[in-house]
Amino acid sequence: MSNTNSHSTISVKNLAIGYQNIVVAKQISFDTFSGELICIVGINGIGKSTLLRTLGKIQPALAGDILINEKPLIDLDSKALASEISIVLTEPIVSKNLTVQELIALGRQPYTNWIGTLTKEDKSKVSEAIQMLQLEDLAQKKCYELSDGQLQRVMIARALAQDTAIILLDEPTSHLDLYHKVLILKLLKSITEETKKTILFTSHEIEMVIQICDKMLLLNEEGSPYGKPSQLIKRGSFHNLFPTDTVSFDSDTGTFRIKK
Amino acid sequence: MNTASKYRLSLLLLLFALVFSFVLNISFGSVSIPFNSTLEAILKGQIENESWSYIIWNYRIPKAFTAVLAGSALALSGLLMQTLFRNPLAGPFVLGISSGACLGAALLIMGASLFNGIFAFEFIGNLSLVIAASLGSFLVLFLVLTVAARVKDTMALLIIGLMFGSITAAIVSVLSYFSTSEKLQQYIYWSFGSLGDLSWSQLALLGGIVLIGILLSIASIKSLNALLLGENYAQSMGVQLKKSRYVIIIATALLAGGVTAFAGPIAFVGLAVPHLTRQIFNTTDHKVLVPAVLLYGAILMLLCDILAQLPNSANVLPINAITSIVGAPVVIWLLTRKRRMLF
Repeated sequence: MSNTNSHSTISVKNLAIGYQNIVVAKQISFDTFSGELICIVGINGIGKSTLLRTLGKIQPALAGDILINEKPLIDLDSKALASEISIVLTEPIVSKNLTVQELIALGRQPYTNWIGTLTKEDKSKVSEAIQMLQLEDLAQKKCYELSDGQLQRVMIARALAQDTAIILLDEPTSHLDLYHKVLILKLLKSITEETKKTILFTSHEIEMVIQICDKMLLLNEEGSPYGKPSQLIKRGSFHNLFPTDTVSFDSDTGTFRIKK
Repeated sequence: MNTASKYRLSLLLLLFALVFSFVLNISFGSVSIPFNSTLEAILKGQIENESWSYIIWNYRIPKAFTAVLAGSALALSGLLMQTLFRNPLAGPFVLGISSGACLGAALLIMGASLFNGIFAFEFIGNLSLVIAASLGSFLVLFLVLTVAARVKDTMALLIIGLMFGSITAAIVSVLSYFSTSEKLQQYIYWSFGSLGDLSWSQLALLGGIVLIGILLSIASIKSLNALLLGENYAQSMGVQLKKSRYVIIIATALLAGGVTAFAGPIAFVGLAVPHLTRQIFNTTDHKVLVPAVLLYGAILMLLCDILAQLPNSANVLPINAITSIVGAPVVIWLLTRKRRMLF
């Protein structure tokens, strides 16, 4: 990694997340770097989405510090943040009457003029994103004509067109079949490799992401372990991810076994 | 590229249709004036038959302009509300603007006799109705906005607007119950809506208000497009949610509030025209939708006004009834034909 890129893209220290006065998880600390694919895993309700929404400034942090490219998140207004972080959420988009191309082009909003005219550069970024997500054949289709897997790729392309150093995705593989889950994960991996972006996403496919992610955050109520999957396995961090009376983690195969 | 020029051509055609409807609207009325003479009067400003000239310049042209302003302003504010609330059932009046105006008018017309001495309105003129309706609109909108500052969720705002509407409707019912039949009739006439009561100076005032509303809407086009993905996405793309929400609401207040104050609560146009436009243009891009709803709204209103005139008869039907009778079947037909509601 070169010196210019050696600062962390996201730096989180002693973060507490939750709603109003209900803390769902605290003492979260981790640093991400450019070109890393990072997965947040954890049991339902532990605050994976909450963490992602907090990093995207959709909801405020309860305590702790978040630095985005060395700038405090709290100081970034929505305009400044829009050129640092793009997001893909689980919530459905409001209008599916947009064409794939139009939707991806909306990702250029932080850079377009007051009425949103696309310049040559904007258009080339849009077609780059379309190519990278292999959406050429779908570009003129309306979003209501797409399958879940296709729409997910379109939403990732939109985030890519926003041209930010960081992309946050909330459960990009949910509702997809095995093939499309792997397809999306491999696409995310190749995006981080080719564009050197930091991609942070939540997932329930622990056994898959172990094989493909650079780093993982195992979200717990307190002190969530963070590191390379192999390190986390060595440290035995996966054993505490779920209540031990139902499943146990097999360190040799990197899979979970049902307890009988 | 290709689609952009297609949209431009369609908008140009609509502009021609608007000019045609405008002239057609002026040529119809209770006094029969030949189309050629109408055209001559519009172009030359004066024709031999002085009473025709007078009717055209002091009655029909202001009315046609009012129809254009009312139709386009209501349609645009409907579009703004549907996008802001991401709800196809939203219209220009969801924020209580029309119910506020009704309350103002009802208090002026029926409250005067009820609270004799407190409200000492002796003369109920056209202008005092405009003022009362504006005050009512402003009051209800102000209450809704005060509450809006406390709620984060835009959906809650929609429901709060509806609740305020219910309260004002209830007050109007009470007023009607205790009112004399003569006053009640006067109020009901007002609530039918009317395009024909504006003088040139009032028209200029309404035109100014609507123009500001349109400019604010044009300035909001980019955030409206971002809102098509939802508020969280819009924010993540740099939209300042609170600010854009207020700009859109103020634009709606000016557009729908202005028209309601001057022409009464004209229903349906604001709800239907955005749907009509989306179905015909098959797009949700506000760069196309904003000019298109302005044109469609104006054309629809001019045509409805022609029907309301009952050509060559002295009777005039309430414009409010015509907009719904003509508009509703068109929307139903469009929705069933495409079997899909585009939003």
